[in-house]
Amino acid sequence: MEPIIQDLGFIIGTTLMYSTPLIFTSLGGVITERSGVINIGLEGMMYFGAFAGAAVAYFSQDPWLGLLCAALGGAFWGLIHAIACVSFSAEQIVSGIAINFLGAGSALFISRLLFDGATQTLTVARKIPQPLDFLFGEGKMFASSGFTDLVFNRFATVYLAFFLVFVVWFVLYKTQLGMRVRAVGENPEAANTLGINVTRIRYGAVIMSGFFAGLGGAAMSIAVVSRFSNTLISGHGFIALAAMIFGKWKPQGALVACLLFGAAKGLEIFLGSKGVPVAGDILAMLPYVLTIIILIGFVGKTTAPAAIGKIFDKGDH
Amino acid sequence: MKKLLMLLVAAAFCITGHASAKNLKVGMVTDVGGVNDQSFNQSAWEGLKRAKTELGTKIAYKESKQDADYAPNLETFTDAEYDLIWGIGFLMSDAVKLTAQVNPDQKYAIIDFFYGPETPKNVACAVFQEEQPSFLVGYIAGKMTKSNKVGFVGGIKFPLIEKFEYGYMAGAKLANPEVEVIRQYAESFTDAAKGKAITNNMYQQGADIVFHAAGGVGDGVIEAAKEKKKWVIGVDKDQNYLAPDNVLTSAMKRVDNAMFDIVKQLKDGKFEGGNAVVYNLSNDGVGIAPTTKKHVSQEILAEVDGLISKIKAGEIVVPATKDTYDAFMK
Repeated sequence: MEPIIQDLGFIIGTTLMYSTPLIFTSLGGVITERSGVINIGLEGMMYFGAFAGAAVAYFSQDPWLGLLCAALGGAFWGLIHAIACVSFSAEQIVSGIAINFLGAGSALFISRLLFDGATQTLTVARKIPQPLDFLFGEGKMFASSGFTDLVFNRFATVYLAFFLVFVVWFVLYKTQLGMRVRAVGENPEAANTLGINVTRIRYGAVIMSGFFAGLGGAAMSIAVVSRFSNTLISGHGFIALAAMIFGKWKPQGALVACLLFGAAKGLEIFLGSKGVPVAGDILAMLPYVLTIIILIGFVGKTTAPAAIGKIFDKGDH
Repeated sequence: MKKLLMLLVAAAFCITGHASAKNLKVGMVTDVGGVNDQSFNQSAWEGLKRAKTELGTKIAYKESKQDADYAPNLETFTDAEYDLIWGIGFLMSDAVKLTAQVNPDQKYAIIDFFYGPETPKNVACAVFQEEQPSFLVGYIAGKMTKSNKVGFVGGIKFPLIEKFEYGYMAGAKLANPEVEVIRQYAESFTDAAKGKAITNNMYQQGADIVFHAAGGVGDGVIEAAKEKKKWVIGVDKDQNYLAPDNVLTSAMKRVDNAMFDIVKQLKDGKFEGGNAVVYNLSNDGVGIAPTTKKHVSQEILAEVDGLISKIKAGEIVVPATKDTYDAFMK
């Protein structure tokens, strides 16, 4: 096979691997912020999800149960954020910061209890499968490490992420529920007047954001690698948050921003392996610089939902 | 009368025994990894636990949650009048030095850092010749590669990690002059996905054994080996348990032995501050993993033993920098 085709396959494959956890988490960001609640606690929710996914998958030997529990664990922290921000009108940024500490802290605490004092889990016996290998037998569908293998033979979480982008887009723009979520994020007073239960919509959206962030964490801990360690999630939640903003608070936009970041990472690793005469730390800045330049240059002005971060007090209307 | 005599002897024994075995109090402050980090903090604590069993030392640890905790944690042990206080890891170098300067009568020690001529008189520095075990695993890689291509994944490029890099390269080239060593740094100690991508790429380019000195990035390196069913070489401790079929060997750093050794020196009145104690193959400060024999043939292991003797005897000086490597290859 042409080496250049294989190199391209490597870059695309790396892009998909890098982007997937970010896509899940930034979808969570889209959902909560479209309902008008800022959630900078995505990092902590992702961290907790990564731990919960690996721990459950380790003990149950079932990666799917791990994935589900990761999502539920993230959703739990979403619920806490919702209680603070929606019911008690807490400052959303402050609550988000607290969730970042609590999510990480509780994950490490439980890890110490379950894994003999260690802040990392043991290796899971089975991780999220690669469906093509599963269906057709390993290496049967495509020649191992060929272009098609590198690009298409991915973990189930990769396909799931793309599918969920479509689902979130469909729900937000094509269903009554989605319209209500958006209405609440733009003008909660008007939505309330029209009989939409702002509190309920926001609770649902914030909990779902934790659910998605938890999936993102598990996509890291039981697909990209096969165990949780205390440095596994380091900044991914914040990158996903930035991707959501660059993507103009739209699921498809967030997808493009995450893919762009992943592609820049892939390119960086590829260039690093070719021994280009550039210092490694300069090369390591490439994904961040490239993403910012492209998004500033081509995306244009982004506008947040109008009611974002504002406390909604139903009062006596 | 006989009973009284025995009682006297027993009493005398108790008194002298008590006087000679004044129990030392030794504390250690971990870096942000925490005491169960499956890496050098844990190894350090195991060394102190051995001191407790074998020397009767009283031991304690404090974990640091962030860089800002180092100095207060050191202060806490200082206030409690511990006989020796350890800082674990080069991240703590500044905190240990400052605390030691403020408390000149208190003894301190640090792992993985040497201040050179500026070392305070009350600080002992334990440093390791990481290039030696890297050289040995490099030799094994050079002997076992079928493609004549092996890889090295580093964390962040600085002299400590370069010791692993050049030691490994020298070992591989000695075993097999034909071998090509592909090297790449992740510029991170945490980005596991990057470690996996780099390693996948190395295997794709034909490497069949990859060695990492990259902390959390190494999780990704080992994962790539598992998925591609290739060999990988672990670092710092025996990492075979992470992937029993794929971790060929590990370049081990015996922080536990260094900790125990310096506590013992203190107990024997031989503690020497202001200096570096160098740990290498000769004093069991470094080595290769015991699980190596699972995958590596007796023949190669015998050759490795030969190399160990030569290194101990000073017949081979393993390169640790680019310059010494270039000189070694001539």
